Amino acid sequence: MTDTAQIPDSVHEQGEYNFAYLDEQTKRMIRRAILKGIAIPGYQVPFASREMPMPYGWGTGGVQVTAAILGKSDCLKMIDQGSDDTTNAVSLRGFFEKTAGVRTTCETAEATIIQTRHRIPEKTLREDQILVFQVPIPEPLRYLEPRETETRKMHALEDYGLMHVKLYEDIAKNGHIATTYAYPVKVNDRYVMDPSPTPKFDNPKIDRMAALQLYGAGREKRIYAIPPYTKVKSLDFEDYPFEIQQFDKPCGLCGAENVYLDEVILDDKGGRMFVCSDSDYCEERRADGHLGPMAADPAAARVGNTKTGETVR
Amino acid sequence: MYVAVKGGEKAIRNAHKLTAKRRRGDTSVPALTLEQIAQQLAHSVARVMGEGSLYDETLAALAIKQARGDLIEAAFLMRAYRTTLPRFGYSTPVDTGAMLVERRISATYKDLPGGQVLGPTFDYSHRLLDFALAAEDDGAEQPVEMAENDDQAMPRVTDLLGDEGLMEPDPVSDEETPVGDLTREPLSFPADRDLRLQNLARGDEGFLLALAYSTQRGYGRTHPFAGEIRYGEIEVEFFAEELGFAVTLGTIKVTECQMVNQFAGSAQAAPTFTRGYGLVFGQAERKAMSMSMVDRSLRWQELGEEPMAPAQDVEFVLSHSDNIQATGFVEHLKLPHYVDFQAELDLVRRMRAEWFEKRQQQEQGEAAPEAAQ
Repeated sequence: MTDTAQIPDSVHEQGEYNFAYLDEQTKRMIRRAILKGIAIPGYQVPFASREMPMPYGWGTGGVQVTAAILGKSDCLKMIDQGSDDTTNAVSLRGFFEKTAGVRTTCETAEATIIQTRHRIPEKTLREDQILVFQVPIPEPLRYLEPRETETRKMHALEDYGLMHVKLYEDIAKNGHIATTYAYPVKVNDRYVMDPSPTPKFDNPKIDRMAALQLYGAGREKRIYAIPPYTKVKSLDFEDYPFEIQQFDKPCGLCGAENVYLDEVILDDKGGRMFVCSDSDYCEERRADGHLGPMAADPAAARVGNTKTGETVR
Repeated sequence: MYVAVKGGEKAIRNAHKLTAKRRRGDTSVPALTLEQIAQQLAHSVARVMGEGSLYDETLAALAIKQARGDLIEAAFLMRAYRTTLPRFGYSTPVDTGAMLVERRISATYKDLPGGQVLGPTFDYSHRLLDFALAAEDDGAEQPVEMAENDDQAMPRVTDLLGDEGLMEPDPVSDEETPVGDLTREPLSFPADRDLRLQNLARGDEGFLLALAYSTQRGYGRTHPFAGEIRYGEIEVEFFAEELGFAVTLGTIKVTECQMVNQFAGSAQAAPTFTRGYGLVFGQAERKAMSMSMVDRSLRWQELGEEPMAPAQDVEFVLSHSDNIQATGFVEHLKLPHYVDFQAELDLVRRMRAEWFEKRQQQEQGEAAPEAAQ
């Protein structure tokens, strides 16, 4: 036996964390920030973000918001890139299963709280649901003006000319607005807001959404919110109206149209298929008997492999 | 493999198991003990305590062991643990003048009250690999001759300069405005010196080193002299309201650096020396010196200097000094981004199609007149 140090008892007593990890004082502090955010839609509320047991940039903001609003009777859905079984979604879901012991689900309709990174579920959300976004850079003006002191002033003065100039320059140079995700929106005719790096395809969904939307940026220490049924307008010009991505083909597995698709490369000969980014939506459609053009393809069995390990036949 | 992204749960579990196995390495080699790490890798421990913002040598040793020697990862483990600890209150200001000094040097005076105490240092050693260390047994302990500790007071160099009015006085603490705490209030700009120093004390050693170095190479010169660097033990006291007096919580080892910088003075203020200040856990002179130089650079505004260099830019320095934040955000690029990438793919394909179409039209336009002839 080696004398492996006198580790204080406190080290061994770990494991006794408060419900949903954060202590109640911290949750209260976060809830105050959330309430302020709801009162001023689209305004970035500074909050004393804590160090979390996952790295900054990996969802610490979303996790803190979820931890602050989570109750024992909640049912949590955790998605990343639209899917429940991407690695970080699995990890964060596991975190709340471990620290809060709440029920989790993959079904959009069943969840009361949905924490997401980069996507909004295809299924329309309801009033009794809350959508929590993980936000890397909350400041929509950051890439135009790196200084916080300046951008806060610009928001205060509602001085968004710089953003319009940027969009105009995009059109002048490329013939398009070259922003495809994190597409800036104006909330309630007042604040320009970054809807987190969701593809602009999802922007129409946040306009007058029935569910409450909470945005948490842990590293940047900001929380903002869009209350239910709030007007959210994607920035554009009269002669260059905002448009979303269009896909030529339906989902290869379930045949869904007008949904966001992931491109999956099947081989090195240019073979590729497009499948729903929202994996729950896709599975539900397939369970209902919808079949896409590639459902019979051997590749589909691999790609559409569900969590239960079943293959699609 | 695509399956690896989809079937995340099992893969994650196995990856963690493999990491644990790799961490342990060959089991025929004895495992490191925390005491070995705390005793023999003291500089690593100091760095992890400093950047992890938590003074506990044993926990720092544990973090280093768990992180396989990745010191930023270890500091992150400390931070994540620290955030769960209850906050009882704030200690009273420590008195580094009363330090039980193990090392104290001044580059501004040949000799001074209390003397120059070299103590443990790499300075003046020749950086030759010591192959004797490679042997299992480090050999017999060499006797070390230490100077007589005659309990002579060791006043801080800046205080000696201050007595003559040559050094700007320490700022007087204002009882009305409590010292800021960026772990409890989000950092906002412009940040005062209390918050700046707190941020720098937690900041990444490499980042601060590079910034301090840049000021020496002309990007915002500050004319620094190492007025004093001291390392040793100080007592930490906590004022207990119930008792009505301060009680000692324990001792910690710190390195303090007081950088003496020139200042020309102004119409309002006579010329004096100004200071840059650095204080970090454990023996970490490189960090303490870098911190004091960057602190001085960040004071350009109050001293009426011109901003012209990165090291003077408060927002730039304070927003990027924290390596826990930096490593998290840089490494988050490993997370799947295929939804956003898909959006970019779509746009680039569309723009390329338009580009080729345009070129084709141009070529046809050029070809057409020729055909007409």
